[in-house]
Amino acid sequence: MSSLTQRQRMSRLDVKISPYLYIAPFFILFALVGLFPLLYTFVVSLFDWHLLKGQGDFVGLANFTAILEDRFFWNSIFNTFSIFLLSAIPQLIAALVIAAVLDANIRAKTFWRMAVLLPYVVTPVAVSIIFSNLFGDDYGLINNLLQNFGLDPVAWHRDTFASHFAIATMVNWRWTGYNALILLAAMQAVPRELHESAAIDGAGAVRRFMSITIPSIRPTMIFVIITATIGGLQIFAEPRLFDPATAGGVGGSHRQFQTTVLYLWEMAFFRQNFGEAAAIAWLLFLIIVVIGFINFMLTRRIATGESAGPRRMFLRRRRRPREKQADKTLTTPGTIAEDVKL
Amino acid sequence: MSIRSAQSIRSAQSIRSAQSIRTAPEQHEDVAAPVNAPHEPYAPETTTPRRRRRGGLGIDRRPGWFVYAILGVVLFGSAYPFWWSFVIGSRDNQALGSAWPPLIPGGNFWSNAAQVFDAIPFWQALANSLIVSSVITISVVTFATLAGYAFAKLRFRGRNGLMVAVIATMAIPTQLGIIPLFILMRQWGWTGELGAVIVPTLVTAFGVFFMRQYLVDVIPDELIEAARVDGANMITTFLNVGLPAARPAMAILGLFTFMTAWTDYLWPMLVLPNNPTLQVALGQLQSGYYVDFSIVLTGAILSTLPLLVLFLIAGKQLISGIMQGAVKG
Repeated sequence: MSSLTQRQRMSRLDVKISPYLYIAPFFILFALVGLFPLLYTFVVSLFDWHLLKGQGDFVGLANFTAILEDRFFWNSIFNTFSIFLLSAIPQLIAALVIAAVLDANIRAKTFWRMAVLLPYVVTPVAVSIIFSNLFGDDYGLINNLLQNFGLDPVAWHRDTFASHFAIATMVNWRWTGYNALILLAAMQAVPRELHESAAIDGAGAVRRFMSITIPSIRPTMIFVIITATIGGLQIFAEPRLFDPATAGGVGGSHRQFQTTVLYLWEMAFFRQNFGEAAAIAWLLFLIIVVIGFINFMLTRRIATGESAGPRRMFLRRRRRPREKQADKTLTTPGTIAEDVKL
Repeated sequence: MSIRSAQSIRSAQSIRSAQSIRTAPEQHEDVAAPVNAPHEPYAPETTTPRRRRRGGLGIDRRPGWFVYAILGVVLFGSAYPFWWSFVIGSRDNQALGSAWPPLIPGGNFWSNAAQVFDAIPFWQALANSLIVSSVITISVVTFATLAGYAFAKLRFRGRNGLMVAVIATMAIPTQLGIIPLFILMRQWGWTGELGAVIVPTLVTAFGVFFMRQYLVDVIPDELIEAARVDGANMITTFLNVGLPAARPAMAILGLFTFMTAWTDYLWPMLVLPNNPTLQVALGQLQSGYYVDFSIVLTGAILSTLPLLVLFLIAGKQLISGIMQGAVKG
């Protein structure tokens, strides 16, 4: 009899402990290899810290003030945002068009979807190699074609704007199809009654796209923008390999396409100043978090304007394209954490 | 069951088809067809078994040439840079200079490939990439499935708070922690070891989130209760109920994790300069003051082939994974 209660006690313990055992590996490993380095970056940024000589004197916020007065840092911020805007905006528009086309009742759906996604399997390094040749200043395909049509060749590597355009093209080429598929998933979840009743009222395809599809998929569009921001502000491989033979690959002979992560790398491993490099990492981290927060607030604003309720809009953003699978959560009130379940 | 969920099931058929509970698509078809038929004189196929997403009023018509023209342009834009690289990579540097790009591959591909193998440790790098990506994939999928299952189906104190913590960490750019990681790896003497690349990515918050979102819908609570009533302990229940149900999502998460690990460049470049992964080796080929661009392009093609093969095999899963909301890693 006592052995039975023993077993029951074991079983109860099993029920209580097991969930924590299952989630523990994730949290422990994440704390060690994800969170700790990020926090420790801040510690490093408070010291004179040399790549080879190691930790030096405590300098307080001197590294931060040095970076904030560093014109190369601001140059890299300008380049990063310029490249980001040149990639995010055209990419979103192109992805919308492609998604709309894929959303039509076309033949051979899978074939076209795979065609759209093909660039995604080419790694950023390979993309950089291919496009730095396509955009070659002297013998690149694009300049050859321009000259065939009697136009002047463009200094794709030397000119600031042209190099930003070329690097943005690499990013666009790899990610547009991917984002188009995310938007396509959202478009397919738009209730067909909306389209039908609009069609009865005489709305054409373009009108329906502008007035029904776009507003309906706005949460997904915002999601795409946010992920594009987080990724876009950390661009490294493309500018690093765009012109690696000039100036050691730090982003052009006069840093015309040096992004912030590229500058971080130069600071840490060329100039071997870990303290200032850590300060750059933290400033970039703050910028990404602030922009993410602005995006979030914007989302809430839009949501309130549509009288959808701010919280629900937040959840819809979290929910992404596959949100629509579980309508029950849309109607069931609950805590935020509970609603996060799809 | 509403139409919303019906449609999303279709968009994700390949992964969800196993779910017999959701039969909405058929229902929806039955209701929709007769109602719309009178409005749609041009669509005699309303009775064909082909699945239609939208009903009548012309919103379901086969699109005209214009749509296919756009798709053709997109296909050309997707494929041509790749084809062009192959063409140049199978010729020599002269081909780059010709006013109109050659369209047909030349005969130099294998000799160029041989030069790539001479210039960089290609096979070693390929093996390194395979090892690194595989270990990371196994680890991420294992731990994400365990944690995702616990968050989705087990009740415990602090569950909601911890889940919010997972979601919050998804937005943190952990790549920015490279400086302390580098200091650590040097202290441990791990620079040059594959472990230095593997360890920082053993788990991802996204993986946990992804598995939880999937499992919360897929496993009926009754199934877990039944297993418990039958006397199975927690881990047996997980292995017999949770794991089989999680398999499709595990495959997709694995695919994405593998690709992300495979394409990673910055961190491997820092810690594995002399024992490179494929991306690092390729970067060295590009940076090596190489004048012969056709050889560099051959290297780019060669390094893409493994993922291209993976894409041809698993492209459909990749597409359904993205459409279900997989995000950039």
